[in-house]
Amino acid sequence: MVFACIFLPLFASLLVALFGRSLGKKGAQAVTCVSIVLSAGISCWVLATAINNGTVHSVQLFEWIESGSFSASWGIYIDSLSALMIFIVTSVSALVHIYSIGYMNNDPHVPRFMCYLSLFTFSMLILVTSNNFIQLFFGWEGVGLCSYLLIGFWCRKESANTAALKAFLVNRVGDLGLILGIATIFMVFGTIEFANVFRLAPEVSGQRISLFGFSCDPITVICLLLFFGAMGKSAQIGLHTWLADAMEGPTPVSALIHAATMVTAGVFLVARCSPLFELSEVALLVVTLVGGLTAFMAGSIALVQVDIKRVVAYSTCSQLGYMFFACGLSAYSAAIFHLFTHAFFKALLFLGAGSVIHALSGEQDMRKMGGVWRLIPATYGMMLIGSWALIGLPPFSGYFSKDLILESAYSSSTWAGTLVFWLGIAVVAMTAFYTAKVILMSFHGKFGEDEKVFARIHESPKSMMIPLFFLAIGAVGAGYFGLGMVEGNNLFWGNALYVSDSHAGIKFVHHSPVWVKLLPVIVSLGGLVSCWLLFSKYRVRFIHYLNRLTFVRQLLVKKWFFDYLYDVALTNFLKRVGYGLWRAIDESVIDALGPQGVADVVLRTSKRLSQGQTGYIYHYAFVMIIGVACLLSFYALWGAVI
Amino acid sequence: MDWPVLSILIFQPLIGALFVCLVRGDQELVATNVKAVGLWSTGITFLLACFLWTQFDATVSNFQFLEERTWIPSLGISYLLGIDGISIIFIILTSFLSFICILSSWEVITDRVREYMVGFLLLETMILGAFCALDTVLFYMFFEGLLIPMFIIIGIWGGPGRIRATLKFFLYTLAGSVLFLLAILLLYLEAGSSSIPVLMRNEFAFSFQIWLWLLVFASFAVKIPMWPFHTWLPEAHVEAPTAGSVILAGVLLKLGAYGFIRFSLPMFPDATAYFTPFVFILSVIAIIYTSLVALVQEDMKKLIAYSSVAHMGFVTIGLFSLTIQGVEGAVVIMLSHGLVSASLFLSVGVLYDRTHSRLIKDYGGLVDKMPVYAFALMVFSLGAIGLPGTSGFVGEMLVLVGVFPISTWTALFAGFGVVLGAAYMLWLYKRVIFGENTMERIGALSDLGVRERCIFIPLVVAILLIGVYPRPVLNTMHLSVEKLLLLSQPSLQVKKISLVK
Repeated sequence: MVFACIFLPLFASLLVALFGRSLGKKGAQAVTCVSIVLSAGISCWVLATAINNGTVHSVQLFEWIESGSFSASWGIYIDSLSALMIFIVTSVSALVHIYSIGYMNNDPHVPRFMCYLSLFTFSMLILVTSNNFIQLFFGWEGVGLCSYLLIGFWCRKESANTAALKAFLVNRVGDLGLILGIATIFMVFGTIEFANVFRLAPEVSGQRISLFGFSCDPITVICLLLFFGAMGKSAQIGLHTWLADAMEGPTPVSALIHAATMVTAGVFLVARCSPLFELSEVALLVVTLVGGLTAFMAGSIALVQVDIKRVVAYSTCSQLGYMFFACGLSAYSAAIFHLFTHAFFKALLFLGAGSVIHALSGEQDMRKMGGVWRLIPATYGMMLIGSWALIGLPPFSGYFSKDLILESAYSSSTWAGTLVFWLGIAVVAMTAFYTAKVILMSFHGKFGEDEKVFARIHESPKSMMIPLFFLAIGAVGAGYFGLGMVEGNNLFWGNALYVSDSHAGIKFVHHSPVWVKLLPVIVSLGGLVSCWLLFSKYRVRFIHYLNRLTFVRQLLVKKWFFDYLYDVALTNFLKRVGYGLWRAIDESVIDALGPQGVADVVLRTSKRLSQGQTGYIYHYAFVMIIGVACLLSFYALWGAVI
Repeated sequence: MDWPVLSILIFQPLIGALFVCLVRGDQELVATNVKAVGLWSTGITFLLACFLWTQFDATVSNFQFLEERTWIPSLGISYLLGIDGISIIFIILTSFLSFICILSSWEVITDRVREYMVGFLLLETMILGAFCALDTVLFYMFFEGLLIPMFIIIGIWGGPGRIRATLKFFLYTLAGSVLFLLAILLLYLEAGSSSIPVLMRNEFAFSFQIWLWLLVFASFAVKIPMWPFHTWLPEAHVEAPTAGSVILAGVLLKLGAYGFIRFSLPMFPDATAYFTPFVFILSVIAIIYTSLVALVQEDMKKLIAYSSVAHMGFVTIGLFSLTIQGVEGAVVIMLSHGLVSASLFLSVGVLYDRTHSRLIKDYGGLVDKMPVYAFALMVFSLGAIGLPGTSGFVGEMLVLVGVFPISTWTALFAGFGVVLGAAYMLWLYKRVIFGENTMERIGALSDLGVRERCIFIPLVVAILLIGVYPRPVLNTMHLSVEKLLLLSQPSLQVKKISLVK
């Protein structure tokens, strides 16, 4: 059964890849959708089994790479963490597959699209069900590849291609950390299997090893390297620049890959490795701070974006920050809970945004939208549900998970916890603001574009609305379902997540004062009100005040200068260095001294020598005489010396 | 073994070449028959190599299929052949690529077909001979002899600047080889034998090892090529015909690394330990430097040529890490790079045949016209990047895992090559395959034909198969590598002065 769940998407993908042309558009859609829906159905069973029995399901398939004591095998490992991930991945993926039928209807390359989507789903399943680091890396790169292919799906668009390349390369930088992390793990533990590594971890803790010429704590180094990889995949500060550009891809892709599943792989990795992270205070601190900073930075950038998808993308980045700082505070279950609810409401928001874009004939700029809520009421309703869930207003799912994270931050009673608690509160206000901005700008007010587009506005087809409906159910209900995961003394998680006794985690959240529970709601209402001010009769005066903050505005519009820095300082610099090395060193110095030099010397010498071959007897006779004279005098002198 | 299998394997192509010489008739008939003979000859050699693999006993670490005949009895030099788990992998790679090469030149070479075939079959004999030879003199003969057909292939069927490039290539590699000849003579005088298995067991004095190591290194570093001895390579590649590039990148470069495996590591273990930091530094420079240079290339073949230097940097790092993962990873990288770089050069050849341009800026948006080609090139690029699931990953991961405990800095800097590799490969792919199609000669573009598919499909399958299931390859060499490492252990005294750690 589990096999079917994981390999059905691969099977569908291969079938479409090999016989796409004979299957045609309908065939490809049918094959992939049926497979993924079946897979999603089985995943419910897998999850139910994991909840009821709490059993760990582990199968070794066959050896993959084996060399000396290094051994990586293909295997399937299912505990409650991976069962939950399987459920999230397959269910969101199934809905996105169905949604794509309607959304991509007019595209000439539907089979290719469906093939990539299914392949992505398979890679993601391999990632979450791996029992060792190497197979995890296989899935990790597999989803990266599919993300690359899908961002650049409209491959005639220059911007889409650039965005795809950027996404792959930024991720690759993170992967370097992961690769080195795996190498360190093998060096320290002599194995790369999760079970063995986690079992040996407490023994290794406290030892010192020499790395990069320094003596350091092996666990800390491993955790930091792994987290660097996670930062790339989950778009954390410094390695986040690809996520917003990734919005060049088709919207279903953004919903599936860049909101619900792939970008959460980093959180999954940290949660999976909780037995390692728990042993390193430094690593946990770094995770906390990076998560908090990312949440704040991405939230602030989202305030000034005008592209509807980019706002949602930065919001994703910011929510991932929440998940990471929850992990850093040892509240892994809260992080995974937020991952779970976020998958549904963010997919809902993206697909809803896609529905709006679809209705407006491909328009993504919110300044050119407005006043359309009467024309597409169903989409409007779905977007409202998604937005409330994102802001975290009760009784929607986001409220439960976000509150839990903030309360655990408060109750951790460390300085880092307090810091990220206040950062998190600020982010709540910003979230409310930009979410309200999306709703107000795109659905209310006056329509900003010409009449022709307005006349063609229409509600999306059923194949798009039904998935939205299901996601809306998830966005409302996931919170109630998920509460069971975080309460009741970790019965659900079994051994999947490990929290050291010295860390608070979510143990003390119930002791936090009432104002901590109320503050997020109050702050988000504040954010809503200030956004309403921006679109009300006080608009002019409000903008007047805002314009005084020129520096802040510049900072936000330029996205904290990260892109600028990378383009100028890194990309162009490297290209110039490469060009310089090629022309100045390679061709002028090395080649002239090396191969070209040798060739020249040989040719020149042979030319000289061949000049001696004059063909005149008296030349040769003259040389001979000189030679004989030299020899004679040499012997004469030699004899004299002796 | 009753049959002299290795001799048959080595000289099989030569017999084919003889047949090629005997073909008579008008020019067209000759061309057809000659090609058929070439294809049959290389095909049979490949089948023989596969047969050899099935007969190969991976549970024994000694050299197998030994053949010994007296050659120059007065000096004790013999015709000694034998293979172990490392060389058999190269033998299969060589015979496979030779077959692919003949197939790829089917329609491209119309001029002097007979001479071309003779050259190629001779080249195959020489390469196979070098991988089988267990006598230093015999090895040297094959090792140098293969330069001649290669020189002719580039010099006659190459591009406009072929004479300059081929002279450069020939003279420079020959200069390195003279030092190697000197090394062979010194070895012979010191140990009194030219047999590689005997020399491997001989323990030389440390100072002697240092000098010999440097002499041998000069020759092989040029061949691999290591930085800064690499500049002959891009030019030779650019001017060589497609099939020439395939053999050059796919097999010839590996001979240098194979030389390290046969000579430097087991014969001079103390010198190897002494020079390891030096090799690491050169390799790291090679990886980063050539990756950056590859990034800005305008000619596709040059880009791939520079990337070859970077990949071979991983190989030398792996070999000198002297860990089982490192050495096995290096061999897998060589196998993988043999397939991937050959595929990439063939891919460039496909485009060149259609439009007669290799400049990146002349292309764009090929995916519309050539979807199958775009797919194949994607697999090859991913193989070059080393994505998990392709053969490149297995090698790179093993090398990094192997070298990490020896030198973390080396692993870190080599890791940068992983990032840069993705940059230049995917940027190339983006500019050639994606985007708007703005080519003038767009009409000339047609997707892969039947013959081209026959070439590409086995390569794609091989790259993916080794990526997912590399066990047959790894199992074949486990014992041979362990034996090699046993011989390459430096003596205790040298371990202390070594700069590593």
